[in-house]
Amino acid sequence: MLACKDLKIEFDRKPVLKGVSLTFPPRKISAIIGPSGCGKSTLLRAFNRMHDLTRGAKVTGSVTLNDREIYADDEDPVLIRRRIGMVFQKPNPFPTLSIFENAIAGLRLSGVRDKNALKEAAEQALTDAALWDEVKDRLKSNPTTLSGGQQQRLCIARALAVDPEVLLMDEPCSALDPIATAKIEELMFRLRERLTLVIVTHNMQQAARASDRTAFLWMGELVEADDTEVIFTSPKKSMTEDYITGRFG
Amino acid sequence: MIRGHQLRKIRGRCMEAVCLLAALVAVLPLFAFLWHLAAKGASSLSPALFTHLPMPPGEAGGGMKNAILGSLLVVGTATVAGIPLGIGAAIFMTEFARPTVASVLRFACDVLSGIPSIVMGLLAYEIVVVPLHHFSAFSGSVALAFIMLPVVVITTQEMLHLVPHSLREAGHALGIPTWRIAASITLRAAAPGVLTGMILAVSRIAGETAPMLFTAFGNPFLSLDPKAPISTLPHMIFNYAISPYDDWHRLAWGGALILVLGILGATLLSRFILWWHQRSLNS
Amino acid sequence: MARPFDAELRDLKFNLLTMAGLVEEMLQLTRQTLAERSNHKAERIALLDRQVDEAELKLDQVCIDLLALRAPFASDLRLIASALKIIPELERIGDHCANIARRALVLNGQPSVLRGRDLDRLGADTQSMVHRALDAFVNGDAALARTVIRDDDQVDALYLSIYSELLRGMLADPLCIERSSHLIIVIKNWERIADEATNIAEEVLFILEGVNVKHSYLQEHA
Repeated sequence: MLACKDLKIEFDRKPVLKGVSLTFPPRKISAIIGPSGCGKSTLLRAFNRMHDLTRGAKVTGSVTLNDREIYADDEDPVLIRRRIGMVFQKPNPFPTLSIFENAIAGLRLSGVRDKNALKEAAEQALTDAALWDEVKDRLKSNPTTLSGGQQQRLCIARALAVDPEVLLMDEPCSALDPIATAKIEELMFRLRERLTLVIVTHNMQQAARASDRTAFLWMGELVEADDTEVIFTSPKKSMTEDYITGRFG
Repeated sequence: MIRGHQLRKIRGRCMEAVCLLAALVAVLPLFAFLWHLAAKGASSLSPALFTHLPMPPGEAGGGMKNAILGSLLVVGTATVAGIPLGIGAAIFMTEFARPTVASVLRFACDVLSGIPSIVMGLLAYEIVVVPLHHFSAFSGSVALAFIMLPVVVITTQEMLHLVPHSLREAGHALGIPTWRIAASITLRAAAPGVLTGMILAVSRIAGETAPMLFTAFGNPFLSLDPKAPISTLPHMIFNYAISPYDDWHRLAWGGALILVLGILGATLLSRFILWWHQRSLNS
Repeated sequence: MARPFDAELRDLKFNLLTMAGLVEEMLQLTRQTLAERSNHKAERIALLDRQVDEAELKLDQVCIDLLALRAPFASDLRLIASALKIIPELERIGDHCANIARRALVLNGQPSVLRGRDLDRLGADTQSMVHRALDAFVNGDAALARTVIRDDDQVDALYLSIYSELLRGMLADPLCIERSSHLIIVIKNWERIADEATNIAEEVLFILEGVNVKHSYLQEHA
C-alpha cells in the first residue's frame, strides 16, 4: 500500500506542497484532483522520487510503500522506480526504438538479456495494455506511426513490462480524444485487479467515472479525500463542493 | 498612380532580388574555385597518385601514396582518441554536471575551438616533440586531437540538448540508471546529429597543414611508424605548391582535388545519414 | 463565479414551487369543500388538478435535460435527483385532493356521520405538514423538515381514531354504511397526503445534508 504522511515539498525554497497525508488503498484507482498549480503533479512525482532529479527540490515527510520508507538513505531510487512506474501526460515512446524495443526498454536497459524472456515480456505487456492485437504484425515499426492513443498504451505497456506494484498516471488522457480516453479508462479498470493506480486529472468527469477514491488538493494542501461517490454526491467541505460544481477553479 | 499594395509588392520583389544577388556573390566564387580545381587537378588524377611514392622533380610517375596513407594514419589516430573523449565530455556536461560546471566547461570549449591551429601545433610540439627529441606521427595526431576535441564536444552537446527532456524522464520513470539513459536513450536519439558532427570534425582536421609543420614534420618516404616523422597530404600539397617545379605543381593540384573530394564525400555522407535516419523514422 | 447553470437551477426551483402553489391551493379548497359542505369549488379543484399534471410532465423533462446536459455533482445533483422525486409526490397530493373532492360531492348532500371536528383536524394537520415541507424546501430549513417527519405518526394516530369511530358507527347503524365507506376513503386520502408530505421532507433533508433518512427502521441496524 502506498501512503504519504506530512509530505512537504519546496522548489528553491518556495513551498509547493504544505504537508499532505494520504493513503492509496491497494488494487484501487485513486484520483487526485484540483485546480492548475495546486501541486497534484508535484505530489505524484514524489511517489517515485522523480524530484531527486530536480535541482533545488527539497522533499520532507514520509512516503511509504508497504510500510517501507522509500526516501530512506539505503533505498536506491532506481529500484523504487521499478516498483512504482509512471505514465506521462504526453505519450513519450523512444523514437529511435521499434515498438517491440520500446515495450522491453525498461527490462533490457536494466540488464535483462535473455531473448526469450524479453519476447514473452513484450507480448504480455502489450496484451495487458490492450495493444497487442493492433501491433503484433508490426512490432519492428517505429512508434511514431501509431496514433496518440496507441502511443500512450505503448507507454503503459512499457511501464507494465517492468512489473511494478503501483502505476502513477499524470493526466494520461489529456492529450487524447474521447475514444482513446475511453480505451485507457477501460484498461485502467482491468489493471486495477493487480496494481494500485494513482491518477492525476483535471477532468472532473474522468475522476468521477474512473476512480474509487478521490483526493482534492488546493494550493498545496489536502482539502478532502474520500470515496469517489461521497466526494461527488455529498462532499464534506464546501471548498470541495464549490470546486467540483465548477463555482471556482 | 501606384497603390499601397502594389508598392509593397515592388518593395518585396526588390528585397528578394538583393538577397538573390548576395547569395550568388557568396556561392559563385566557390563553384568557380571548385571548377578551377577540378580542371587543374583532373589531369594529374590517376591511380599512380595513390600507388606511387614521390619522385624527384622531373622524373615521371611520382605519386602521393605516403602522404595519403600518412593522413589516414594521423587523422585516424586523432579520431580514435578525440571522438570518444569528446562525446564522453559532452555527455558529462549535459547529463551529469551541475549547470555552473557545465557552463564553465562549455566556455572553455568555445575558447579552445577559436584557438588557431598553429598554436595547437606548438602545444603538441612542446609536450610531445621536445621530450621525445624527434618529430613523429604521434605528435601530429595529438595536435589534431586537440583541435578536434572542442568541436566534437560542442556539436555533441548541442545535439544532446536537442533531445527532448521527456525521453530522459521516461527513462528515469522506468528505473533505468542515469548512465544507461545517457548512453542508450539520449545519445541514441541524438545519434544522427552527433555522427554528422563527428564527420565534419574529421574532415576539418584532415585539411590542417600548419600544425603538421612541426609535429608530423613530413617524410619523403613511406613510413607508418607512429614514432617517426610522417607525411600528410595537406603538408605535401604545401611543399609541392611552393616548389619551383611544374610537375610538382601539377601533383599539388591533384592532391588538393583529392582532399576536396574527400571532404565533399564526407559532407555528402553526413547528409545521407540524416536523410536515411529521417526516412526510417517515417516508415 | 456565477454559472449559467445557476440560473437554470433557480428556474427549476421556481417552477417546482409554482407547482407546489397549485397543490397548496387544492388542499385549501378541499378542506373548505369538506368543512363548508358545499361543492362549488369542485370545478376549480378539477382544473387545478389538470394544471398540476401538466406541470409534472414539463418539470420531469427539465430535470432529465439538466442531468444529461450539465453532468451535475454534489448539491446540484442532489437537488435535481430530489426534484425528480418531489414532483410526482406533489402530483399525487393533487390526485388525492381530487379524490377527496369527488367523495365530497356525494357526502355533502347527506347528513354527517361524524361527531366532533376530527375530520377537519385531520385535514388541517395534513395541510400544515405539506406547507411546512414546502417551506423547508424553499428556505433550506432542515429542522422544519424534521418536524414534518415527526408529525406523521400523529396524523396516523388521528386517522386510526377516526377510522375506529366510523367502524363503530357502521356496526351500530347499518344505514350509515354507505356514507361511512366514502368517509373512510376520504380519511385514507388525507393519510396518504401526509405520507407524501413526509416523503418530501425526507427529500429536503437529502438535498440539504446528503443523508438519506428513509426507512429508519432499516437504518438503525446499518
